[in-house]
Formats: sequence, structure tokens, C-alpha cells
Amino acid sequence: MATLMTERKRSALTQNRLPKYTPYVVAGAAIVVAAALMALVGFNVFAWALLSAILFAAGNVTSSAVVEGRRKAIDKLATSLVVGSFLVALLPLVSVIWTVLVNGIPGLLTPGFLGSSMNGVTGVQDNASVTNNTPVMGGVYHALVGSVLITLWATLISVPVGLLTSIYLVEYSAGNKFSKVITFLVDVMTGIPSIVAGLFATALFALIMGPGTKTGFVAAVALSVLMIPVVVRSSEEMLKIVPNELREASYALGVRKWRTILKIVIPTAISGIASGVTLAIARVIGETAPLLVTAGFASSINTNVFAGWMASLPTFIYTQIMTPTSPSNPDPSAQRAWAAALLLILLVMALNFGARLVARIFAPKTGR
Amino acid sequence: MSKRIDVSDLHVYYGDFLAVEDVNITLDAKSVTAFIGPSGCGKSTFLRTLNRMHEVIPGARVEGKVLLDGDNLYSDGVDPVTVRSQIGMVFQRPNPFPTMSIRDNVLAGVKLNSRRISKSDADALVESSLSSANLWNEVKDRLDKPGSGLSGGQQQRLCIARAIAVSPDVILMDEPCSALDPISTLAIEDLINELKDQYTVVIVTHNMQQAARVSDKTAFFNIAGTGKPGKLIEFAETATIFNNPGEKSTEDYVSGRFG
Amino acid sequence: MSNTKLARRAGTGRTGDQVFSGAALGAGVLIVAILFAVAMFLVIQALPTFTAPRSESTGGEGFFAYIFPIVIGTLIAAMIALIIATPIGVAVALFISHYAPRSLAKGMGYVVDLLAAIPSVIYGAWGASFLASSLKGPYQWLAENLGWIPIFAGPASGTGKTILTAGIVLAVMVLPIIASLTREIFLQAPMLHQEAALALGATRWEMIRMAVLPFARGGIISAVMLGLGRALGETLAVALVLSSGPLIASWIRSGNQTIAAEIALNFPEAFGLRMHELIAAGLVLFLITLLVNVVARWIISRHKEFSGAN
Repeated sequence: MATLMTERKRSALTQNRLPKYTPYVVAGAAIVVAAALMALVGFNVFAWALLSAILFAAGNVTSSAVVEGRRKAIDKLATSLVVGSFLVALLPLVSVIWTVLVNGIPGLLTPGFLGSSMNGVTGVQDNASVTNNTPVMGGVYHALVGSVLITLWATLISVPVGLLTSIYLVEYSAGNKFSKVITFLVDVMTGIPSIVAGLFATALFALIMGPGTKTGFVAAVALSVLMIPVVVRSSEEMLKIVPNELREASYALGVRKWRTILKIVIPTAISGIASGVTLAIARVIGETAPLLVTAGFASSINTNVFAGWMASLPTFIYTQIMTPTSPSNPDPSAQRAWAAALLLILLVMALNFGARLVARIFAPKTGR
Repeated sequence: MSKRIDVSDLHVYYGDFLAVEDVNITLDAKSVTAFIGPSGCGKSTFLRTLNRMHEVIPGARVEGKVLLDGDNLYSDGVDPVTVRSQIGMVFQRPNPFPTMSIRDNVLAGVKLNSRRISKSDADALVESSLSSANLWNEVKDRLDKPGSGLSGGQQQRLCIARAIAVSPDVILMDEPCSALDPISTLAIEDLINELKDQYTVVIVTHNMQQAARVSDKTAFFNIAGTGKPGKLIEFAETATIFNNPGEKSTEDYVSGRFG
Repeated sequence: MSNTKLARRAGTGRTGDQVFSGAALGAGVLIVAILFAVAMFLVIQALPTFTAPRSESTGGEGFFAYIFPIVIGTLIAAMIALIIATPIGVAVALFISHYAPRSLAKGMGYVVDLLAAIPSVIYGAWGASFLASSLKGPYQWLAENLGWIPIFAGPASGTGKTILTAGIVLAVMVLPIIASLTREIFLQAPMLHQEAALALGATRWEMIRMAVLPFARGGIISAVMLGLGRALGETLAVALVLSSGPLIASWIRSGNQTIAAEIALNFPEAFGLRMHELIAAGLVLFLITLLVNVVARWIISRHKEFSGAN
């Protein structure tokens, strides 16, 4: 006898399950209890939020342990820890961005900040701007020019070397001993501390050009040491995922290997390669340590990477903080430093978004 | 422009491993030859030695002779690239170049070899190649769209058009229909029948009905066991192989008692 | 049409092949040469340090007495950073890959990648101006209540610019790196295994322990090692945040120094023996990071067989 079964009021499937509204109740209770406890020792928004979160997690886990059993409780505990860690991780990161935004915007909006250099700006001007409450003089133009030029030269060195190496690894080496050596050394290079790369470039040029050679090009060489392994790694990954079928199809048409690589393999992988290169640029444009020991400090515009000291955004930030232009009134220097920091972050962000854009633009069209 | 292929005493190795042993076979011009046999018997490997594509795999090498109208593909000083531009190949899975339009895919062989070609010649070549591949009517309005937007069967015919466009003497097909649905398969089989008027066609297939339908002659390859080399067991008119084979193992295979 | 003999040589194409493969090989050789050169130049430029009389070195007790404290300082700072960043970084990665709603996860992945790209000098500036001053209070409290533990021995620094602050800044810096790399690994964990675990009635956490973490172990270790390498070599964040001094046990007093910061702070004005000494310090740092890298490779290669990644 088959009769239609009506839905049971209390399903067997929801036995030993906490009702859906439990977390909200626990959260409410946690907030109230935390507020009460805070009232005892003195109120503080940050501690209140923290305490509420801890109480909420504890309440959730305990209630689950009582009703739903040990396994569910452990699951809830793990969830609380993971979500909690995420929130804890957000705090400093939000704080970093907030600090840079708040401190950086006034300086960045100061007229002339982007267009002028620090040439002729001394402690006198800074003191004057503080006492007379006039806009801060000086700008970041020379550092921006330096950063762009140094990074450009580093890219010009790194991309051919890195791309050709990855082509060797993927297309020519067939996994021989030498390719294993290169792969290992690229890994080692990835781990070179940036300051050591700077020391290497200094030492190299000290031998070639004489001690104390500090130019933008030395800095570009130092940055290349950091950039090449990144380019090799990302391009290698991208070349590897080009299907072998495409290479074979090209060979079967009687196309030579080098043309196959240039016209089929690289165009197919170009979106990934280009975005990898852009990310590598974003990484080295913020490097500071190697520039400190290779490019020197400059306060005026220098567009020649082969002669003379050159400023860059990161070293500009560093020197403005460490050795304010006017030791008695460091505020104008701090303002310039934060503005430069904001500019640098914006630059890095733009490069990161650029990388995604580049990947999308160059991606093979499916036409569907 | 069709040429015959004579293979004598051919051994194919992967490193030290003998993959295919002692093949002697003659593939007639303007005919369709099918290679059949169980998986792993070396028929695809052997096919790839006919245009030196096996060399793409590291460690693969060949002993013996393959004559294309009397010229040995493996004699000293022969550039595999020259061989491949005269002996075209179509692969198991359709593989149009994803970065190129349909038109550029057809012209790929010409353009990638940086041969200069005028626009009118190129248009004519695209039309004639696509027509030969029975694809012209389906794609003539969207030649500038990416090739990867076509259906699987259309992509495979595009690949055939691409192979034809470099005007080869021989077309090798490595299981060209195994990734396609029955209707697309039929279209390719019709196409093979037309292609043999101009080209020497060699096709590897797992599908015996297909071999029976499209080929003039059939070669049966077999393997004695794992790790043993593949061998050419029997080569004869297709009708003979399927109705009156000379070897016991051929009969077992074509009648479905094996493999 | 093509009646040409096969043996006809196609001249230009072949040359192209040779030139191109030669260039590719050359680039590979160049990389080997660069790394060899890095090591050689550092050794050559460092050598005068070891031949110079002991009394002329910084501190007057020879190079090893000079380098030892800052090696320890480097290790302490990196250790603090890893202890904080590893669990949080892995949890953040798990949150993004397995806990967050799909629509949110992608955006957060971008944000983490972006944070990993923020230049270290900015973290340093933040640490010096914001974090150090807000940690003064907690340090005071630690010194008063937990002062009996050597690392919290008082009196607490009045500026908050201590090795613990430097370690925290380093942790904030390497956290996005660890999170971003482990997230990639977690996303690659085979879906089939995860679904199999869920189909057996596992809770989400049990599924992660059964099917995700074992798969990701090698990747987590390599991410942590990469973070360690970054923390060891990080220069500016430490140089800006730490008010350096001799080696001391307490983490909340000013003191200690790291190799990278020592170089950055002193190199611009260094000449003669002092310069060689700093380059020798750079060599030591290079060797430490090399060691970390090799150990990481070794651990990963050992774990590969058990990762289930095949």
C-alpha cells in the first residue's frame, strides 16, 4: 500500500542539530556579556570587539559540543580559528593602507609635488613652511623619473635573459643536467636578499669602473639580479602549459623550431608571460635596499642612468624619514615621504591591475 | 603532386627501446592506405617516422630507409623541415592555432615560413584549401573569427585545410576521427575519399569499419606482448585483409576475436 | 611543384634555428655566470676583512665577534615573524580557498596578492610611525607583568622600536606572501578527494585535514621557507623600525641588529675596510639564505612522494 507520505514536523535529519538562529543568539549574548565585563574594567571599543569575538567563538563551540557532538564542535572551532585569523590578519593590513592614505593624501595633493624635484629645497624652506604655514615645497619628480628609468633598464636586461632562459628550459633542454642546474640556480637566485644583490652590483662596478661608482645603471643591474628569476619562473610556467599539439601541428607544416616558438608558442603564452613580467616590474619598483647602495642619493633630476647619482621613490621615502631635510622640523619631510609612499603604492597597484588587464587583452579569443 | 613512399628495413627506437621492428611497405601514390592494429602496436609511431615527426620526442631515432619517390628521407643532409613541408600531417585531436583566425590558420604554413604572398594569392589559397576540405561554405562568412570557435569536426577539417595549403605530396592522418562525433566523422571520411584524387593519404585508425570504408589498402600491425616491438603483420588490399586475410592474427583481429 | 631534391639545404632557416637555440642556451649560461659572479665578487670583496688585523675591525675583536650578534639578531627577528605569520597566513589562505563565499573569495585573493606586492619601505614607514608608538603601552605592561621571562625583561623601550616590533612588521610583510602561495596550493588540492571525503560524511574541517592539508604540506613548507628567506633578507623594514644596539635577550628593549639593516645603514658612508666588512656580512647573509633555500628544496622533494599530487 503506497500512500503519499506527508512531511514530518520534526525531521529525523535535523535531530541533534542546533536551530538555525543559534549563532545570532550567541552573538547577541557575547556582545552583551563583553560590554558588561568591559564596564567593570573600563570601556575600550577595540577590546570590546575582541572580547565579543572570543566569547562568540567559545559560546558557539560549547553549544555545539553539548548538542551536536564532538566532531561538529571541532569543526566549529576550526571555523572560528580560521575566520578569526583572517580578521586578525586584516587589522595590520588595513592599518597600513589607512596610515598611508591619511598621511599621504595631503602631500600628494600639494600643488607641484608631482612636478618638482628636491633641488634647492633645504631646511630653510621647510622651516619657513612650518612657521608661515605655507604649502610644503619640493616634490618627487626626480625620484619618479629615477624609479621609472631604473626599472625600465632592469626590465630591458631581465626580460630577454629571463624569457630566453625559460625558452631554453622548456623548448630546448629536454630536461638535461644543465637545465636542472639552471632551475636550481634560479631557485637560489629567487632567495638572494635584495641588499646582497645591491652589494653584488656595487662590487662588480667597483671592479670595472673603479670604487664608488654609483649610477642608475648599477641599480638596474642589481634589480635585474632580483627580477630575472621571477621572469624565468613565470615564463617557464606559461610556456609549459602551451599544448604540445600546437608545436607538433606547426612542425608538421614544415615550420622551423625557432619560428614555431616565435610565432606559435610565444603568442599562445603571451598573456601569461606579459602579466608575469608586469608583476615582476611591480615587485622591483618598490625595492629599496639595493638602490641605497647602488644609485646614491640625489635631490635633482637626472635622466642619465649611466652617470651621476639618481633618486628613486623608495630611497626618497627612506631618506626623508631617516634624515629629514630640516632636522628641527621633520613634518614637511614626513609629509613628502608619505605622499611618495602613497604614490608608490598606487604605482604598484596600477601595475598589478595592468597585469590582469594585459592577461585579458592578450588571451587567445575563443570566438564563442 | 602525389608521391609514393617505399619503406625498407625500418626500425624505430625510443632510446634503447625498440618500438617498431623491421617494416617493409610500399604506399602507392593517389591511394588511401589504412594502418590498423591494437593499441600500442606502433602504428602511430611508424606513421610519425614517415615525416620525421617522431624526432620531436627526445631519444626517438630510426634505422632503415624511407624513400619519397626515390629520395631517402633519412639520408645525410636532409632537413626534417623540408620533409615535413612535403608530407603533411593531421592529428588525433583538432589543434587549430588558438591565436589565429580561420584564415590565418589556413595560411599558417605559408606565413610561418615567411614566404611572401600577395593578398589575392592568399585569398585564392584560403578558398581553394577550405573548399578542398569541404569547409568553405560553412566558414566563408567568418574567416576572421578565431578557429577555436568552430565545432570539433569543423576544426579537424580546418586542420586538414591547413595541411593542404602548403601543397604537400602526402597527407598523414593519425586517428583523425577519434575525437569526433559520428556525423563529423562521416564528413571527414567523405573528404578522405576526395583527397586521394590528388594526394597519397595514409590514415591510422582504431575503427575497422572506417578502414574498410575509406582505404584501398590496409596494413595490420600487431605486438607480441608488453615491452616487445610492434611489427607489420600483413599488408594487402583492404578487401583481402577483411575478407580473406593471410595471417591467423589478422583474422582474429578483424573478426573481433582479439584486442 | 616541389620536384626539388630533399637534400637541398634550406640555408637561412637553419641558421635561424642555430642562432635562436644558441641565444636561448646563452641566456641559461648567463644565469649560471651571474650567480657565480655574485658569489665570486662577494668573496673577493669580503676577503680583506679576514686578513686585516683584529683590532681594526668594528668592535676591535675581529670579524666573527662582530658578525655573531647580528646573525643572532637576524635569526630572532625572522623567527618572531614566522611564528606569527605562519599560522595566520595558512588560516587566511584556508579562509579564502575553503571558507569564504565564492563571490568574496576571488576579490580577496586579489587583495592578498596586492598586499604581497606592497614595497617593504612602506611597511617600514608604517612600523616606525604607527606600530612602534602604539606598542609602547603593551610593552610597558609586558615588562611589569611578565618581566621575569628573559625576552620580556624591562625596562621597556620608550619608543617601541624594538626587535619584537621589527619581528611583527616582518610578520605583516611575509603574511601576504605565505597566504598567497598557500592559497594557490589549497586551490589545487584535488577536488575528487575533497568530494570523496565529504561523501563519507566528513565535516568541513575533517575534509580539510583528510584531503587538503596532506596534499598541501610541501607547498606550505616551501611558502614558509620563501617567507623566511624574505624575512631574513629584509632590510628597510628593520632599518626603519629597530633602534639597534648590542645583542640583548629582551625583545622589548632597544637593541639587537640584523645583517641586512646593518649593511643598509652603514654602507652608504662606508669605505676601506669597513666596506669589505659589510660585504663580508652580506656574504654571510647570502649563505644563510642559500642554506634555507637548499633545506626547503630538500624538504619539498622528500614530501613530494607523499603529497598525493600524482
